[in-house]
Amino acid sequence: MTELNSISIPIAAGEATENHLQAAYEHPWVVRFCHWLNTASLFVMAASGLRVFRAFPSFGPKIPQHNLLNVPASLTLGGWLGGALQWHITFAWIYVVTGIFYLGYQVLSGNYRQTLFVLKDMGGVWPMIRHYFFFGRKPTQTGVYNPLQKMAYTSAILLGVLSFLTGIVLYNPVQFSPLASLMGGFHWARVWHFGVLCAFLFFVFGHLVMVALHGWNNFTSMLTGWKRDPEYLP
Amino acid sequence: LERRELLKLFPLLLVGAFGIPKLRDPLLAAGVAFADWASASWFRRNHLAPTFVDSALTPLDRFFVNTYDVDDPDVDLDKWTLTVAGDVVRPGEYSLAQIQSFSKLAQNTRHICVEGWDVIGRFGGTRISDFLQYVGANPKAKFLYVECADDYYESIDMASALHPQSLLCYEMYDKPLTREHGAPLRLRIPTKIGYKQAKYLTSLRVTDVVPKAGYWEDQGYPAYAGL
Repeated sequence: MTELNSISIPIAAGEATENHLQAAYEHPWVVRFCHWLNTASLFVMAASGLRVFRAFPSFGPKIPQHNLLNVPASLTLGGWLGGALQWHITFAWIYVVTGIFYLGYQVLSGNYRQTLFVLKDMGGVWPMIRHYFFFGRKPTQTGVYNPLQKMAYTSAILLGVLSFLTGIVLYNPVQFSPLASLMGGFHWARVWHFGVLCAFLFFVFGHLVMVALHGWNNFTSMLTGWKRDPEYLP
Repeated sequence: LERRELLKLFPLLLVGAFGIPKLRDPLLAAGVAFADWASASWFRRNHLAPTFVDSALTPLDRFFVNTYDVDDPDVDLDKWTLTVAGDVVRPGEYSLAQIQSFSKLAQNTRHICVEGWDVIGRFGGTRISDFLQYVGANPKAKFLYVECADDYYESIDMASALHPQSLLCYEMYDKPLTREHGAPLRLRIPTKIGYKQAKYLTSLRVTDVVPKAGYWEDQGYPAYAGL
């Protein structure tokens, strides 16, 4: 990537801290707040959702029932179907409100440009993959996120929207019957909802591996907003 | 500067309230109650549940029988009557023939269990709205409360009970209800989840106050349970 990133948000505003270290303010408060609140909700949604799934771990008919997998109870939350539903339904509100708050902020502040994967990022994806998986040269980082990161985070946000849409169809398939038929009916909405969970688990796994590989400064920036010594500053 | 930014995340610790047993239960109850309220608020009286062609039906022998204690509570079908009480002009005992005297609605609709499985069944019966009008029920009452021969009980909000597809169901697959499916009379409300579809009805009360929300609701399931 030789092209210089033309975003005009505070990431370019390098500032010296008390330690005379270079630092950049990467993550505004709303983004950090939503990130960690969402970490908690997503955990609760996944764990309680798996408990709900245990009540009928199949996507086929009830008779004859063929269980797809046996989710260990220790990985789940809620204790029983009714308890899990209470967690799932309650945290669905927190999850959705967080999502609306986050998306609203990103759009209104213009900060979405830092994260949103657009067509011109396409060319930068392969060099990043080559770097991560095939020992390729590391492309020059020009912004807070590289193209592969943008792709991953934009996908995660799309998954969030899909989890909400498939979830609301499972909750009220009659009131949202047009949306339900778009997904192939209640039965298929349940499949998609589970598919979104699998995609989320895949994302979280990759995300955690990357965080572990990229060190402490990278991690603390999501807590404080400030990234010490970012490579894209002069 | 970094410390101050970190402190701004302090409100996140409020989520920890869900870890305190004394706070957790009321918080979860509030979340479910709010969801029930939201679900009731976007319920549309005349929005119909999808209906299906006969070829989409789940065969009756593959229609799972779900009961909370017995499949057959030994209802004496010859002596059976439905007790109607509460905020109605004409309370009393109603025979099956009286209930069947209204025009019959038979539809193929999706039955969804809270566990996640679903079947498409054919259900026939009298519209609850027709019957309630006949007994002179106060349409402004809040609930329909039913009791069953197997001691099951359920409450249905009046808007859902009066929905044009809500039935006092006496037929499945064009045949009289079998004992395990709730003979002689059950609820069939396509805008409600499975545990609301009470079987072996014995009494029906029109009321503003329900003694209990329902058998499963009292164990912790959502009380509104709309679809």
